[in-house]
Amino acid sequence: MQNYDLVIIGGGPAGLAAAVAARNAGIENLLILERDRELGGILNQCIHNGFGLHTFREELTGPEYAGRFIEQVQTLGIPYKLNTMVLDLAADKTITAMSREDGLFRLQPKAVILAMGCRERPRGALNIPGYRPAGIYTAGTAQRLVNMEGFLPGRKVVILGSGDIGLIMARRMTLEGAQVQVVAELMPYSGGLKRNIVQCLDDFGIPLKLSHTVVDIQGRERVEGITLARVENGKPVPGTEEHYDCDTLLLSCGLIPENELSRAAGVAISPVTNGPTVNESLETSIPGVFAAGNVLHVHDLVDYVSEEAAAAGRHAAALIRTGQQVSGRTLPIRCRDGVRYTVPTSIRPEALDPDGTVTLRFRVDGVYRDKRIVVLAGSQPIFSRKRPVLAPGEMETVQLKSRLILDCPDVGELTVKLEDA
Amino acid sequence: MKQVHLICIGCPLGCPLTAELEDREVRSVTGNTCKNGEKYARKELTHPTRIVTSTVRVSGGELAMVSVKTASDIPKDQIFDCIHALKDVEVPAPISMGQVILPNVAGTGVDIVATKAVRRSRAGS
Ligand SMILES: Cc1cc2nc3c(=O)[nH]c(=O)nc-3n(C[C@H](O)[C@H](O)[C@H](O)COP(=O)(O)OP(=O)(O)OC[C@H]3O[C@@H](n4cnc5c(N)ncnc54)[C@H](O)[C@@H]3O)c2cc1C
Ligand code: SF4
Repeated sequence: MQNYDLVIIGGGPAGLAAAVAARNAGIENLLILERDRELGGILNQCIHNGFGLHTFREELTGPEYAGRFIEQVQTLGIPYKLNTMVLDLAADKTITAMSREDGLFRLQPKAVILAMGCRERPRGALNIPGYRPAGIYTAGTAQRLVNMEGFLPGRKVVILGSGDIGLIMARRMTLEGAQVQVVAELMPYSGGLKRNIVQCLDDFGIPLKLSHTVVDIQGRERVEGITLARVENGKPVPGTEEHYDCDTLLLSCGLIPENELSRAAGVAISPVTNGPTVNESLETSIPGVFAAGNVLHVHDLVDYVSEEAAAAGRHAAALIRTGQQVSGRTLPIRCRDGVRYTVPTSIRPEALDPDGTVTLRFRVDGVYRDKRIVVLAGSQPIFSRKRPVLAPGEMETVQLKSRLILDCPDVGELTVKLEDA
Repeated sequence: MKQVHLICIGCPLGCPLTAELEDREVRSVTGNTCKNGEKYARKELTHPTRIVTSTVRVSGGELAMVSVKTASDIPKDQIFDCIHALKDVEVPAPISMGQVILPNVAGTGVDIVATKAVRRSRAGS
């Protein structure tokens, strides 16, 4: 069995940024495992622009953004294995992987970073009645077909779900000559970024119907049409049905972190994010196993993925160098009044850099106006910031000075909540 | 004074912008987080432009398609002309990132460049 200090599972933006940061923090003996034929992860199929404005002060496409990190990995000589699928992670951090070149092999690293990304919600989970004719794709599959294979899956399209992939595919298929008739969204608000609604729907006059869902699919062999209806209190309203002729239905109903490996290893998973629960060092419930990127919680901004993953890389490096776990108190972070979850889920004050900051990322459970984000240590407010608008589609970030937490030695927990401004 | 509300598309933050117009001239822009937001609002209200991204076919490469973009933004009403000009383009591998795929696309004065490197196929197809 080969020994490594650090093995990173997944070579997307999270895995690449984690590897670069760990190497820059002095870890020489590390390895990236990627099941695909190239590094870069989901970014390889995201050919649109809008990536990296905050990291590189430039608006890059997905492949260009990935390219910047791949270049760094190659310049630093960080080893990676492609076409290599990790099959199992054990609680003692033994990794079992397979590739055509090496066959089945095992690794026993001192630390592991989970960077497996996420996958789309499958259509089985969507509960659409009717037959299952050909012509139904998830938006990500359609994106792969159009952008990587050069194949347009249909000409007359309806999209269910207003997640970013769906919005981006509405524009992409329109440009490729398809007629995108409507995007229907079950919720009263869009799950996608506002800029994507402007550039992908408004620019082309594609209507977005909020509080609508597909109630019927026509066609036996191939989709021939669908029926939409308005939804109130979770139920379709009779009499609001509208029919659309179409040959293709795209489903863009959200992403879920890819955590089969983590679960099998016994990593504790948050029921809210479907990603591991982590402490301030992005370490999961298994010491020495870290997580970052979409495997931890679904991000909409790749810049934050890179930032979070770099932090995980540094923390893993610190653990490998000292070989010691931090002892002392663990403060759980509670979510209240509109806050759905936070990452991290707990903070160990002893592990904080006293002169540094700790980043809290979170999402809210609805659309809110004129609120303030408040962080409490015990019952004492230690942070507050005004936010004119908050929406579930957009991740919020709070940078807390470590001092603020260290100055409250007696508290047992932290709370993040919304208050009226 | 007329107020116009816009969403900045400069980056995924999507800041809500408010522009004040007088005689079709932009007097002020508020709501932006960075200076690109103001630039965007002024442009969007006078001559809107977009960066266009697409893919073109590759011959003899490790990948079937290469992703491309306009090297800078082009007028919004020329998006479809740009896409049409790319329809039948096929580029031989190897392709380097940033390589010009089609100069002066649809007469916009802007080049189409590759956003990805594609190596020659080892099988030599
Ligand atoms: C369609 C779409 C559009 C987006 N648009 C934008 C945008 O406009 N702007 C922006 O900033 N962000 C955008 N994002 C978000 C951004 O692309 C993602 O947040 C980012 O790619 C997540 O990085 P990751 O490394 O966590 O995951 P991924 O990119 O998914 O990488 C995970 C990698 O792990 C590998 N892997 C998984 N399991 C295993 C295993 N068992 N063994 C080996 N390897 C494994 C996968 O093959 C993959 O390469 C978009 C995302 C999507 C899906
Ligand atoms: S104003 Fe700046 S930060 Fe806000 S969306 Fe535009 S480019 Fe992004």
